[in-house]
Order: sequence, then structure tokens, then C-alpha cells
Amino acid sequence: MTLAAAPPEEAAAGAATPEFERAAARAESRRGFLIAGPAYLYLVVFFAVPLGIVFAYSFADRNRFGEAVFTDPGFDAYRRLAEPIVRDILFRSLWLALLTTGICLLIGYPFSYFLTTRSPRARNILLVFVMIPFWSNFLVRNYAWRVILGKDGIISRIADFLGLGEAEILFTPSAVVLGLVYGFLPFMILPLYASIERIESSLIEAGRDLYASGWQSFRRILFPLSKPGVIAGSILVFVPSLGAYVTPEILGGAKTTLLGSYIVTQFLTARNWPVGASLSFVLMAVMLVATIVYFRAGGRNL
Amino acid sequence: MTAVAGRPLPGASAVRLSGLARGFSLTRGALAANATLVYLFFYAPIALLVVFSFSADRNVGRWGGFTLSWYDDFIGNTSIQNAIWVSLRVALVSTVVSVVLGTLAAFAIERFRFRGRQAFDALLYLPIIIPDVTMAVMMLLFFSEFFDLINLLFGTDLRKGFASIAVSHIAFNISFVSVVVRARLAGMDRRLEEAAMDLYASRWKAFRHVTLPQIAPGVAGGALLALTLSLDDVVVTQFAAGPGATTLPVYVFGLIRRGVTPLINSVSVVMLVASIGLVLLSLFVQRSRSSAAVGPQGAVAGRSRRSS
Repeated sequence: MTLAAAPPEEAAAGAATPEFERAAARAESRRGFLIAGPAYLYLVVFFAVPLGIVFAYSFADRNRFGEAVFTDPGFDAYRRLAEPIVRDILFRSLWLALLTTGICLLIGYPFSYFLTTRSPRARNILLVFVMIPFWSNFLVRNYAWRVILGKDGIISRIADFLGLGEAEILFTPSAVVLGLVYGFLPFMILPLYASIERIESSLIEAGRDLYASGWQSFRRILFPLSKPGVIAGSILVFVPSLGAYVTPEILGGAKTTLLGSYIVTQFLTARNWPVGASLSFVLMAVMLVATIVYFRAGGRNL
Repeated sequence: MTAVAGRPLPGASAVRLSGLARGFSLTRGALAANATLVYLFFYAPIALLVVFSFSADRNVGRWGGFTLSWYDDFIGNTSIQNAIWVSLRVALVSTVVSVVLGTLAAFAIERFRFRGRQAFDALLYLPIIIPDVTMAVMMLLFFSEFFDLINLLFGTDLRKGFASIAVSHIAFNISFVSVVVRARLAGMDRRLEEAAMDLYASRWKAFRHVTLPQIAPGVAGGALLALTLSLDDVVVTQFAAGPGATTLPVYVFGLIRRGVTPLINSVSVVMLVASIGLVLLSLFVQRSRSSAAVGPQGAVAGRSRRSS
């Protein structure tokens, strides 16, 4: 906790300020460090260290008993990610996550726009009704779809009644996308709503006065201005969809293994910890990039 | 719901709708229909689940007359009782610890400049953005490799189970609490603290009597967020839990994977009611304290990860 640690502007000013002010700044720095201390220490021990362990494991090898060994650290586990099986899983996860994001945007955008057209009082109530499913138990909400899509479920009986025959949705990628859209739609709606709500309606009015059609004023005015919300919402949906584990486990089938389940399998059954660790890291890298994009798009303010 | 307030004209919203859909009642109708369908989509599955939890038919999707027997099964099931008990204890411990640590962390970051502040800031954000599965893997490796070491060094008797679940929940909850409290601190007038200290209040007294009452809604919001996240978590808990202890969501997740039974319906409904109760409570806390408390947006980023 020397002066060198102080932020640059203070350090620069330090040369000109009297000694006691520097001492005060130093005491302030020490106090801040002490207050942050417990949480800092906790996160280093129980978060940074575990993260480091996973990182180390991603460079380990596997011996014939399935144990990770560090005899010859290298990129073997990362190289295995290019194998067809893993590559297929990566692409499938990517595709389903993109699909989920696209569907959420298609449903969520008009919905959010509709919300902004209501009176402030009605908006508050309507928003609360978006928040309730958003905050209620995710596992249970996915389970509800299992009941609905199941063999005796309402969907298959409706299909039966209409003479469409056996509608097999459960345990297919469609069911997974349905579950993901159900789970993550509020993540699209809330930032979209926040950004559309801020747009001056007079801008659209002005466009209309200059003979823009409804579609033109959407394409040229509303959509460009709401872009931060579109980006933020898309990331908030895409990222958790990519790493989803619970939804594919409940609604997906054995043939539609996704990234999250595959990582878990590597640790619990296949006992290939290095591959699991390297995949976890790839997933985290995607997440970090997305987060940077999110903040660049002004996500912090949404 | 900060973003909701502050629209200048009460009639502005009506103008806006006519802005895009001027004269086209078709567009207007389509928008309203879409919104109705979205709400139906949100609530129909939940409603069906509640209805079928009272159905006497053993097939979960069929109506076989009204019964409460699945709730009887649920109440009489000792494994579920144990799981609930573990869930509640973990939630309580992790909430209390993470509220204290998270609030201190938020205060330090918002009010002090200290060595390692930026690194700490980054470290504080990581648990929020890291994928569930990655965090779960981290906890698995950490506990399998290092619990023995910790026990050896500190003479403790830590086993995978209650302690490891609580430890991992605290690890993610600290960050969520601090994000919520920071938002509140950032919106608070610093001059109030400075005024208190000018009047010879010590730093601690200023914090205790000026800062803390001001940020109380944020702290309460953070606590409710931590409680909800802890009660909902499946993936991280599953990896941090040993054979000794499981939480209710992990237990239910296991049941679902083995096959769907009416018992799960009744447990699910109870979990649903509990979590909706918490939501309403947090909305109520925010409303009664007025002004900008947690706000949906602040929580959005946090919530996104915790529910895959």
C-alpha cells in the first residue's frame, strides 16, 4: 500500500501536495483495501483459485484410468475440440442458441414496442407480469413443458383430436428451443423495452409527417434507435442459451446433446476432465467476448 | 422500474402508437394479439402445472378428478423434507454472508481508491458472467482436490455437502449483492456522508447512520436476489453437493430425469409458489421504499446466467 499504488492522477498531484495529504490518501487507500478485504479474499480463494484449477486441467492429459495427469502439459484437450463429435455438438449448440435468440427477438420486439404504447400505469402492471415468470423457478418452468409436451400431454392430445397423429415434440431440438425461448424471452423483453421506451415518439411522428410509411419509420427510425436494446437483449438470450444445461436435460433427447450436457458428461461419466475443462474455458471465452460487446453497446445502462 | 417513470406527456404514449401504426388498425391489432399470446405463453404452462398437480390420474398430463394425495405424498416424503431443510439452511447462510461481504465490497469500490481496486472490480464481475456449467466444473475440481488440503491445514472437517454448497453459493452471491448495492450507492448523494464527517462523525458512524439507511433498499434487494438465486440453483449445487446433502432443486432435477411422476407436480407447485412469493415480496420492498431500488434492468444481467 505504497503511494505508487494510488491512481495516476493522485500520484501526479502527490508531488505538489503537502506530506500530510499524501499520508491521508495512503490511509484512505489502506482503509478501502481493508473494507474490500473479506470479499476480496473470499473470491480469490473460492473463485479465482478454482478457475485457475480448471485452466490448469485443460492442459492436462488423461491416463488410462481416466485420471488427469500433468506429465506432459499441452494443447491435446483443445485439439480434441476439432474432432467431429465435439465439433457437431459445438455447432448444434451454436445453431440452437442463435435460433432461440432470433425467435426471442421476433416475439420480443413487437411485444416491447406494444408495452411502450400503453399508459404508464398499465405499463407498470404489464411489466410486473413479465417479471414474475422471469424470477420464478427456472427448473419448474421447464418441467411444466415436459408435462405439456409429454405423451399424455395436452399438445399431443390436441394433435390427436385434430387427427394430426402422434405429435412427437418432446426430446427433439424443437422442444429444447421452445424451452429456451420460454426461459429467456424476458431477458430479451426487458432491455428492449428499456431502450424503446427512451426513444422520443416525436421522432417517429416527424418521420410520419414527412410521408414515411409505417414500415419505413420502423426501419429508418425506431429500429436503429433501439439497437442498443437489441444487442443487449440478444446477448442476454444467446449467452445462457449456448451454455444451457437444465433445459436440454429435461426437454432434449439423447441425440441432441448440447455443449452444457457434454461438459457435464465429461466430468461425471466419461471422466475426461481435460476435455471438459477446455470446453468450459471455450464457453467462458465466448461469454467474455459477449460481455465486452454488451458493455460497448451500453448494456450497463439498460 | 426506474425507466418507467418520467415520460413527459401523459398522452405521449397514444401519440406513439399512432406514430408507427397511423391509420392501420391492422398493425395495432397484430401488436395487441402478439402481446396477448406472449402472456398466454408465459402463464398457460404454469397454470396447467398447478391444475394437474390436483389431478388423481397417475399420468401427469391427464385429468382424473380432484385429489390432494400428491401433496400428502410430498409432505410425507422424508428425502424431500431433508432436501428442503438443506435448501433453507444453505439459502440463509449464503444470503447472510454474501450480503455482509457484498455490501462491504460495494462500499469499498464505490467510495475508496485502493491498491488492486480494478482487479477486484473485474473479479467481482466474473461470477456474474461466467457460464453456470463452467462455475459448476470449477467447484467440482476445487472441492475434489482441495477440501482435503484445507482440512489438513486448518484442522477443519469440511466434507462435500452442506459446507461446499454454501461456499459455492456465497461465491456467486457476493457479486450479485454487490452489483445491486453499488447501483444504489452510485445513486446516493455523497455529500451526505461528507457532511456527516464534517460534523465529526467517524467514518464508521457516517456509514452506520448515514450511508446504511440510504442504501438499505439496495441491501434488501440484494438479499432477496441472493436468496432467490440460492434457492433456484441447480447446476452449481449439483456439482458442489456430495452424497450427503442435496438441495430441493437438485433433488427434483434428479426425479425429473428419472421419469415424470405426479409427486414432482406437487413439489413443483410448492417451489413455484415460494419463488413467486419472493418476487412479489421484492417488488413490494422496492415499491414501499420508493425511488430507484433494484430495478429490473440491474437484475437482468445478473439473472441471465443463473438460470441456464
